[in-house]
Amino acid sequence: MRVEGKGLIDRDRPLSFQFDGHSYRGFEGDTLASALLANDQRLVARSFKYHRPRGILTAGSEEPNALVTIGSGANQDPNVRATVQEIYEGLEAHSQNAWPSLSWDILSVNDLAAPFLSAGFYYKTFMWPRAFWEKLYEPFIRRAAGLGALSGQANPARYEKAFAFCDLLVIGAGPTGLMAALTAAKAGADVILADEDAVLGGQLNSDLREIGGKPAQIWAAETAAELARMNNVRLMPRTTITGVYDDGVYGGLERVSHHLTKPSNALPKETFWRIASRQAILASGALERPIAFRNNDRPGIMTAGAIRTYLNRFGVSPGKSVTLFANNDEAHLTAVDLIAAGVHVAAVVDVRPSAEALGAYRLIPNAQIVDTSGRSGLEAITIRTASGEQRIFTDCLGMSGGWNPTLHLTCHMNGRPVWNDEVVAFLPSDGAVPGLHTGGACAGVFSTAACLKHGVEVAGSALEALDLKAKDTVSPQAEDDPYRIMSYWAVPGKGRAWLDFQNDVTVKDVRQAAAENFRSVEHMKRYTTQGMATDQGKSSNVAALALLADATGRAIPDTGTTTFRPPFSPVALAALGAGAEDKGFAPERKTTSHAASLSKGAPMIEAGLWYRPSYFPASGETNWRQSCDREVGLVRKTVGICDVSTLGKIDIQGPDAARLLDLVYANTFSSLKPGKVRYGLILREDGHVMDDGTTARLGAEHFVMTTTTAAAGQVMRHLEFVSQAIHPEWDVRIMSVTEQWAQFAVAGPKSPELLNGLVDNPINNETWPFMCCGPVMVHGVSGRLFRISFSGEHAYELAVPARFGDSLFRVLVARAEALGGGAYGMEALNVLRIEKGFITHSEIDGRVTAFDVGMDRMISDRKDCIGKRMAAREGLKDPDRPRLVGLKPVGIVKQLTAGAHIFCAGKEATRENSEGYITSVCFSPSLGHFIGLGFVKRGPERLGEQMQMVDHVRSIRAEVALCDPVFLDPEGGRARG
Amino acid sequence: MRLICPICGARDRREFYYQGAAVALERPVPEADAEVWDNYLHLRKNLPGDLEELWSHDAGCGAWLRVTRNTVTHEIKAVVLAAESGRGTS
Repeated sequence: MRVEGKGLIDRDRPLSFQFDGHSYRGFEGDTLASALLANDQRLVARSFKYHRPRGILTAGSEEPNALVTIGSGANQDPNVRATVQEIYEGLEAHSQNAWPSLSWDILSVNDLAAPFLSAGFYYKTFMWPRAFWEKLYEPFIRRAAGLGALSGQANPARYEKAFAFCDLLVIGAGPTGLMAALTAAKAGADVILADEDAVLGGQLNSDLREIGGKPAQIWAAETAAELARMNNVRLMPRTTITGVYDDGVYGGLERVSHHLTKPSNALPKETFWRIASRQAILASGALERPIAFRNNDRPGIMTAGAIRTYLNRFGVSPGKSVTLFANNDEAHLTAVDLIAAGVHVAAVVDVRPSAEALGAYRLIPNAQIVDTSGRSGLEAITIRTASGEQRIFTDCLGMSGGWNPTLHLTCHMNGRPVWNDEVVAFLPSDGAVPGLHTGGACAGVFSTAACLKHGVEVAGSALEALDLKAKDTVSPQAEDDPYRIMSYWAVPGKGRAWLDFQNDVTVKDVRQAAAENFRSVEHMKRYTTQGMATDQGKSSNVAALALLADATGRAIPDTGTTTFRPPFSPVALAALGAGAEDKGFAPERKTTSHAASLSKGAPMIEAGLWYRPSYFPASGETNWRQSCDREVGLVRKTVGICDVSTLGKIDIQGPDAARLLDLVYANTFSSLKPGKVRYGLILREDGHVMDDGTTARLGAEHFVMTTTTAAAGQVMRHLEFVSQAIHPEWDVRIMSVTEQWAQFAVAGPKSPELLNGLVDNPINNETWPFMCCGPVMVHGVSGRLFRISFSGEHAYELAVPARFGDSLFRVLVARAEALGGGAYGMEALNVLRIEKGFITHSEIDGRVTAFDVGMDRMISDRKDCIGKRMAAREGLKDPDRPRLVGLKPVGIVKQLTAGAHIFCAGKEATRENSEGYITSVCFSPSLGHFIGLGFVKRGPERLGEQMQMVDHVRSIRAEVALCDPVFLDPEGGRARG
Repeated sequence: MRLICPICGARDRREFYYQGAAVALERPVPEADAEVWDNYLHLRKNLPGDLEELWSHDAGCGAWLRVTRNTVTHEIKAVVLAAESGRGTS
């Protein structure tokens, strides 16, 4: 119910929202949880395993029970904590894990079967028979146990990733965080203050006491406003710091538009931040823990601090007659505030014999709650005192078993928290994260005055590390009550007392784990599933650990803790992967001829990130083979045009350029004359082939190297390595110019005819012989012409600055078509090179040597080169190695397939008998049959031998004969002539 | 994780390419024993603690860096240009 005159909600701005189809009213500033409680809606969820009715347990992000689905259809967000979701006009929320309805859930029969569903039940029961697991058990368990579901549709929402940088990141904007941020900001540090809440202030927004003579809520708002006015401060509300990473990098999830009715299209739903911070302060406060007792999970039972938050921050009392159950003084403040607000407090039950009342309420010291009743919500509690048991009618119970510092982030880099008997809690260990200071309740400092003071102190430490000087800051006056607590975890007795509300783990489960010798905390966790739900046991882990310690006769520090890992609270994969969906994952690289190729109807194929035309369909052609065969014919008989710009182009200049190439290439380049081009082979230092390509010498100290499309990045990095790391004394500079030059192959017997008239220079065998290169003018544009051939035909490659690529391609294709030729794509390019036995990365796949591809004689005897020493290893020159050969079909089956293995005729096609494998195949229109390249043991010595090809994947067998890998024009007269 | 490139300043590790141990800087002379070459290419002590590593600032200036990184804590103790720290065979 609403309590008049209280809270930070705006009563002038009422909002309507829906929960499970019913309309409710709330106010701006409400969370879904506070608005539901204001409407006396106590039942909000069904538990994971037993489908027990559950209500709201907390008022923060640690909430284990109140998970709901927000929205519907493709836009829906499952498993949203009602305690975090701010309401807005038209908000639509649905309960989860209940059918047919929340109040009447069929699977609540599970609760009756509870005696059989204890810890380890699945492990013990569903082991056998094995076949039942997939068909019966697992589908049933998955249906019965559950959280919210995804819509099954593509998520249309937009997510973003962003980077931020600061001197000091302050995590948490409670008294400590606000004071620390203020101190650091006044000293001139660049500060980011992040808090998961929409309103800064943390616990101060739940407190009615004064700071510096003002109500705490006012002080918090004024301090936040002061920080907002400072240019060196960035406030990040609604931002959860989710993880700590190396070198001061913090992950943060900002919920940008979850609280808006109709967010602007410019806003993402969430932004995942990577914040690089020189120093950081963790002021994340503490989380209250429940106490375990029989039936402590009924709707209406929550933490004492949550009641106080709902009352003071939201103006809501979660009940009409409230009781409290505590082992510490702090919980009594809830009773004081409730009475002041006019809410009836039935009793405060305190386990401590020495407990004293802080106000005018009925205090029952030295007492425990032993049971509760109320089918769908709390109606009464049973307490036990020295004089016996008695029943108290109450519709709301606040539990407080003490406070756990929110130290999760200090564990993300292997830090282990340290047990402290005085505050009965784990505290962060010193220096757990380099550059991260802990302050306030997170460090076990609990009074408001002490937190404010600690904020100034830790800011001072951070400023010192930043070489900044803190100005004298006096923290304001505030309450400084001592934190009085007695260690108490669970009320002894029969029945089920809940620890982990989200995974339905009870005290009995933990004791059973211990009894079955799962004594390690990590084993207990996995056996009972304690702390393995989406809340990661934030309100239950320490109590479970204390009970395990008790059951195994050890102290808590000897029992240890489980490990906290990122994220602190759940993060949508969509936020983590923001920007990497769809084309963001693999950006498109397009050649300058892309548009022209598309306009000719060419389908594109991907080559790494590049898009290249597969073939250019002519009218009447119905499949790619027709186009490919025709395009091969164009090149062999007239002239074809192909964009080869995707090949890596590396500009190499300097007095030592030739020395660099001599070291990088297996063969020699220092002897290459300016104006000439040479084919070269690059080895890795381990003696295997890295890449191949041609390099042109444009001048005495100027080369341009081409690499394969696939290895362009690798070769560039390799050249950088050799020039920087092995020979930094050499005077040579290298630069990738792949994108600066558009380059086209002009291939075929009519290529000189095509070029003459297009380029200013006369082109013939005398002026431009095979393997020569030089500058040319193309319609007034400075270009480069290379007489090289990847097709085996008389061919050139013409390069112009990329901005002229589109027009040059169109001109070249038009001229080719006038001569009876045309454009050709990747399919034809591949056929042309296989016919000539030219290798690509299908052959040089990283496992083959120069010897394997028949190029070992290219490794110069007269100089060193990368890979030379290791290529000489005995095993790499073993004649038995599979070596490059050509293959052609000689039997009934005419098809060859890449990936098939080669076996001796008559031998069984087993792995042990494999003699080699096929790397490339095509139908050769020039020869009229399939041809292939592959590697066969002693292949070059076995030319003519008939073998069998077996493709186990495609179930194809063919009789093949080994032959020379050069199928066409082995003398090379066509390319030279 | 962040690395301080001597040329570009502190940058996110996503800008860098990781190569491996900085042993690669100490290329043996071609006529060195097979054992020396085997050590150079294949054998690493792989001890926990400070490791000399090679990183390339691929998405930045292209510099090869010699990085001293503690493999236990991930602490970066030093970053220098490989060009200024390598022992080439020259």
